[in-house]
Amino acid sequence: MVRFLLSGDAPRSRILAVLLALVLVGLAFAPFIFPGVRALHTAATICIFILLVASYDLLLGYTGIVSFAHTMFFGLGAYGVALASVHMGRGWDALAVGTLAGALAATVLAWLIGLFSLRVRAIFFAMITLAVASAVAVLVSQLYQLTGGEDGLTYQIPRELTPAFRFGELFGVRLNGRLLNYYLVFFTCLALFLLLLRIVNSPFGRVLQAIRENDFRAEAIGYRVVVYRTAATCMSAAIAALAGSLYAIWLRYVGPDTTLSFEIMIDVLLMVVIGGMGTMYGAVIGATIFVLAQNYLQNLMGLAAEATAGLPLIPDLVDPNRWLMWLGVLFVLSVYFFPTGIVGRLRAGR
Amino acid sequence: MTQTLLETTDLTVRFGGHVAVDRVTCSFRAGELTAIVGPNGAGKTTYFNLISGQIGATAGRVTLKGQDITRLSVSRRCRLGLGRAFQLTNLFPELSVFENVRLVMQTRMGRGLNLLSTAESHADVSHAALAVLERVRLDRLRDQKVSELSHGNQRKLEVAMLIALEPDVYMFDEPTAGMSVDEAPVVLDLITELKQDRSRTILLVEHKMDVIRTLADRIIVLHNGALVADGPPAEVMASDVVQEAYMGKEIEDV
Repeated sequence: MVRFLLSGDAPRSRILAVLLALVLVGLAFAPFIFPGVRALHTAATICIFILLVASYDLLLGYTGIVSFAHTMFFGLGAYGVALASVHMGRGWDALAVGTLAGALAATVLAWLIGLFSLRVRAIFFAMITLAVASAVAVLVSQLYQLTGGEDGLTYQIPRELTPAFRFGELFGVRLNGRLLNYYLVFFTCLALFLLLLRIVNSPFGRVLQAIRENDFRAEAIGYRVVVYRTAATCMSAAIAALAGSLYAIWLRYVGPDTTLSFEIMIDVLLMVVIGGMGTMYGAVIGATIFVLAQNYLQNLMGLAAEATAGLPLIPDLVDPNRWLMWLGVLFVLSVYFFPTGIVGRLRAGR
Repeated sequence: MTQTLLETTDLTVRFGGHVAVDRVTCSFRAGELTAIVGPNGAGKTTYFNLISGQIGATAGRVTLKGQDITRLSVSRRCRLGLGRAFQLTNLFPELSVFENVRLVMQTRMGRGLNLLSTAESHADVSHAALAVLERVRLDRLRDQKVSELSHGNQRKLEVAMLIALEPDVYMFDEPTAGMSVDEAPVVLDLITELKQDRSRTILLVEHKMDVIRTLADRIIVLHNGALVADGPPAEVMASDVVQEAYMGKEIEDV
């Protein structure tokens, strides 16, 4: 059963298996293990970014295509839900329509970009995605009547997914719509992640890896490389859009900073590289570490600064305001010591 | 009369002012092994590239089993029955030996676009791939990464991938180049074996005269991109053009 769900792609490292199990259990029972609004928000963000990063890995790690438009697809999904909810009013139908429209728009746009640029050299694709993503970001901030511009949009989602909807208590945790919303996010992300894992281990996924290794030869043994590349781009975009829709449902807000910005694109790139490209499990490890560091490094440093208050220099170094510097140091070190990512390192050190 | 499988008509390619392949008209029949010889730079590999589609022709036609394939993509030609092994080893370096051959088997059996089943669940593809590895005696190395193989074994794998494709037209570009004396016969035996199948044709670019003598039914000679001789081995090898081309002397325009 486990083998079937993982598509025969075992972690192949005991430490990795333990880490993955910890993340799974931690996320599955997050509302009960880590009570509190902020912890739950962090858990949901981790779920969504695991999915987003995994869909990017399909493109970068498995097919060898560099794209800078991944947050654009993420944003299309998010804005789909937001716009549908604003214009159709609060309701499940708005969520469904918005999600489908976002995924469809992402697929079509990915297909168009692929059509124009995947036949030529890979670097051209990267540049086109950069241009299109910038154009869309500018467009979203300019069309403020439609998109709310830089302020973004807030909207209402069905009552069953909000904290106002209460239905009892379990282990001292209040059961409410927020909890349902979390499990909607969790299970959708889990299912889509397993789908991605299946895709990369399917005959199709093997062709993608062959294309990454040697596209010339893949073509010479009869694979239409451009078709496979385009299909991978479209799937990756569609799943990124679905992740975006979930994020919009979770946050009840969309804005350029939460979904479209290039900062998120860079974050996604870092998560893939830190976790390990072309492994899928790298997305899990990379996204978890990254999001945790983003949310809790500051607190951790605050504690360290207090503990070392009497000492010279050290409290200044670990001052919470310097958290971004330490995050940077962590990345440089991890890329230096684990060039194949954490998953690659763990598998090699078996 | 045996069937013509592949035909080139006035096939020409120019790179700037340089004519690399010059109006080559030639047909290849089923059950025949044709050696293509000529000095370095004569256009042998370019001729291969034109046939398999890596380079577009400036003029002329390539016809496969009666169908004009001059404008078709490389992958399309492959699916129509044109298989090629490369002179410079051209594999999937970070994948295993088995996976390299399995990928070829997968395309031949048309499973590439299968998204929702695992590759391992296609047992028939795996079995067929393993059978090919056994044939070239690489089955012991099946889990080895290709980049870690010896040069000789990489050449063998290159041949194995062509055999796995089972095309109508086999194109070998110096299959034994750089192989040791005891490795080369394995590949040559395989080609001899392929010759037994009278429904296919084999094109072989080769430098080693002893190999040509034992394998070829027919030799064509390219010189400066043009076809200068065509006939049975004994006859062609005795002719003046070949003697001179191989001695590296200037020959008159033919």
